[in-house]
Amino acid sequence: MARRAKNYRNDGDSVYRLFYDTVKGGDFRARESNVYRLAEVSVEIIDQCVAQGVPFAREYGGLLDNRSFGGVQVSRTFYARGQTGQQLLIGAYQALERQIAAETVAMHTRHEMLELIVVDGRARGVVIRDMVTGGIETHFADAVVLATGGYGNVFYLSTNAVGCNVTATWRAHRKGAYFANPCFTQIHPTCIPVSGEHQSKLTLMSESLRNDGRIWVPKSGEDKRDPRKIPEQDRDYYLERIYPSFGNLVPRDIASRAAKNVCDEGRGVGPGGLGVYLDFADAIARLGRPAVEAKYGNLFSMYAQITGEDPYQTPMRIYPAVHYTMGGLWVDYDLQASIPGLYVTGEANFSDHGANRLGASALMQGLADGYFVLPNTINDYLADGPFPKVAESHPAAVEAVQAVRARIDKLLSVNGSRTVDSFHKELGRVMWDYCGMERSEEGLRKALNRIRELKKEFWSDVRVLGTNEELNQALERAGRVADFFELGELMCIDALVRRESCGGHFRVESQTPDGEALRDDDEFAYVSAWEFGGDRRPVLHKEPLFYEYVEMKQRSYK
Amino acid sequence: MDITLRVWRQANSRAKGKMAVYKVNDISEHMSFLEVLDVLNERLTLQGEDPIAFDSDCREGICGMCGVVINGVAHGPQQTTTCQLHMRSFSDGDVIDVEPWRADPFPVIKDLVVDRSAFDRIIQAGGYISAPTGTAPDAHATPVPKRDADRAFDAATCISCGACVAACPNGSAMLFTAAKITHLGLLPQGQPERYSRVVGMVAQHDVEGFGGCTNIGECTAVCPKEIPFETISRLNRDLISALTHGGSHWPKAAPRRDELEEEEDDIIGF
Repeated sequence: MARRAKNYRNDGDSVYRLFYDTVKGGDFRARESNVYRLAEVSVEIIDQCVAQGVPFAREYGGLLDNRSFGGVQVSRTFYARGQTGQQLLIGAYQALERQIAAETVAMHTRHEMLELIVVDGRARGVVIRDMVTGGIETHFADAVVLATGGYGNVFYLSTNAVGCNVTATWRAHRKGAYFANPCFTQIHPTCIPVSGEHQSKLTLMSESLRNDGRIWVPKSGEDKRDPRKIPEQDRDYYLERIYPSFGNLVPRDIASRAAKNVCDEGRGVGPGGLGVYLDFADAIARLGRPAVEAKYGNLFSMYAQITGEDPYQTPMRIYPAVHYTMGGLWVDYDLQASIPGLYVTGEANFSDHGANRLGASALMQGLADGYFVLPNTINDYLADGPFPKVAESHPAAVEAVQAVRARIDKLLSVNGSRTVDSFHKELGRVMWDYCGMERSEEGLRKALNRIRELKKEFWSDVRVLGTNEELNQALERAGRVADFFELGELMCIDALVRRESCGGHFRVESQTPDGEALRDDDEFAYVSAWEFGGDRRPVLHKEPLFYEYVEMKQRSYK
Repeated sequence: MDITLRVWRQANSRAKGKMAVYKVNDISEHMSFLEVLDVLNERLTLQGEDPIAFDSDCREGICGMCGVVINGVAHGPQQTTTCQLHMRSFSDGDVIDVEPWRADPFPVIKDLVVDRSAFDRIIQAGGYISAPTGTAPDAHATPVPKRDADRAFDAATCISCGACVAACPNGSAMLFTAAKITHLGLLPQGQPERYSRVVGMVAQHDVEGFGGCTNIGECTAVCPKEIPFETISRLNRDLISALTHGGSHWPKAAPRRDELEEEEDDIIGF
């Protein structure tokens, strides 16, 4: 889905309203000015995408269809069945291929950035590895833009593609770029639960299912009956019980934590007890199967394909999963990182979502940054050029290349007894248990110790076979997991320092009497921007947040 | 369940490949096919053997990275992507052959990984609408009939996985090319470049070494996104229009006749 303040429905939508919803949805931890600009340029995104040929849903009159989505009260979401993200990506891909044909862009597929080259305090190039031949190459430029996505795979299991990783942004962080709000991660409530140890990836079921499905678990943890045989009085529709006015439609962070709580009480369903029912029996009785099929048919068949169960007959099982990372490299209003000449866009930066991202706004931000913000702001920097040419023999470039080679050699030479994936899985488990839906002082300290031990063990006992001079997927993963260890450590430190609850960051020590997130605006209304500390502690820089247009309030969904 | 995999192993694009046999015991029917390869790779690594290279990314059936040929069928027995194929589609004791896409324009990089950048070059030859960023008219300025929008969408769901090529006895990429032609050609925004697009893309398709389409239809039997066969008819109609009439009923859009005649030999092949 993709959000824009077009007001095509004459329902009072406006730039201000989108701005307001996003600031509030982010639980007052986003930068107000950035969010306002995002809302302003949102209007142009849909025009650009339609011009590129993105096939958004249309009404019979030929105009674009809109939906209400994800906790807002106006219809501003444009959609392309369940695949809006994919279709927007294809639109951008086609536009990019056109530029490649025009030779304004040189594309290097199957290459990975492994180091940033900083010369005289400016980002001037990158070191990349050709993943087919193992060749290490340098590329120089007046500026470097990272559009390398989020770091949800630090949890090993997430809804991200398995190739997603933090390496590009982490390498830049090590070279001096501040990393902002690393502990702000979004856990999505409606994913297909883990089916076993072999699980490599979690699949998101659209949030729209919560419009018609009812979420429940048995009242008693002992109740192992077939869900269809459990009578009404033995079921606990816990969201409807705890949040009578929003019911099954509470925001993502709240729905996720409630599911965790009932499973922690031993009332979870399915293998391992990590799941809750999402039941469509009422909707099918009320609307009839054809209507439910028309609305959710593709999701139901996807669910059946993955689980082997028929959701028309038996309730779906769902469980929360890591979906998005609001944190990322710190950027200023121009999307420039703390290293001059380094620009960061989309999920890779931290800028617009605060402590919680609203549904459908990741696409909006990625496209806004790339299409409309960066082309304007980067010019200001380039106007200071031309910068002196950097030769391949420049000490900074030589040093960067050597660092890359040394790291690869090290990974290949350990030849220990554990696979890369076994380390990644263990790290992910630690992050999920202690830096996931609920964080506590004690748990985070435990996690920090465990991550440091694991990191040490990784560098002395990992096994990566083969050579650098070939397609070596274990070697690629090893480098990424090594960076995930360092990131995981920083996430736990950030979560430890932020002794408040806000959005997706829930500290058990900071909650209201009825168990909701409790912000501490006097102490923590800031962006935490971490400077890499090498072997010492990372250094915290605080960017204070001011709210001139939206009054800071406690969110309530009761 | 216990199964036997016979997997194509090939060290690099120049090396000679061969099938290698692996027993994989104690796997769960809930595993996806790729997760079985993950498990096998973990075991191989611990035994000191080179793990099997295979591509995958989203693992939810939308990125098009993960295709392999399973028991002779692109993406295996279910009409879905390899990542969405689960072991409950197989039986205990099965012997399963796993091979990369076989087509000259898709050279093997290693084991099951092939280079599909030929598809990118077909897109570069016209698979887009020229719409520079920043100058777009209002999205509601041109209504699109719902029927056209829906059919354009059906074609736009192509994930460029290449199963159509792997399945085609001619090694043709016509279903892939036709999906793009149909998606863009049904939308009003796509009209100005409609005929130059089809000429350019089909020419590039042939340059890459993909075979001609002889309407066999194997492609649609394996396409995980069920791209309709009629997209190829649409491509042919647009191509014939472009070549014979110069697209004269689209005055602004038509490539000139004299521009086309030079290329005719390449395209039609006579």
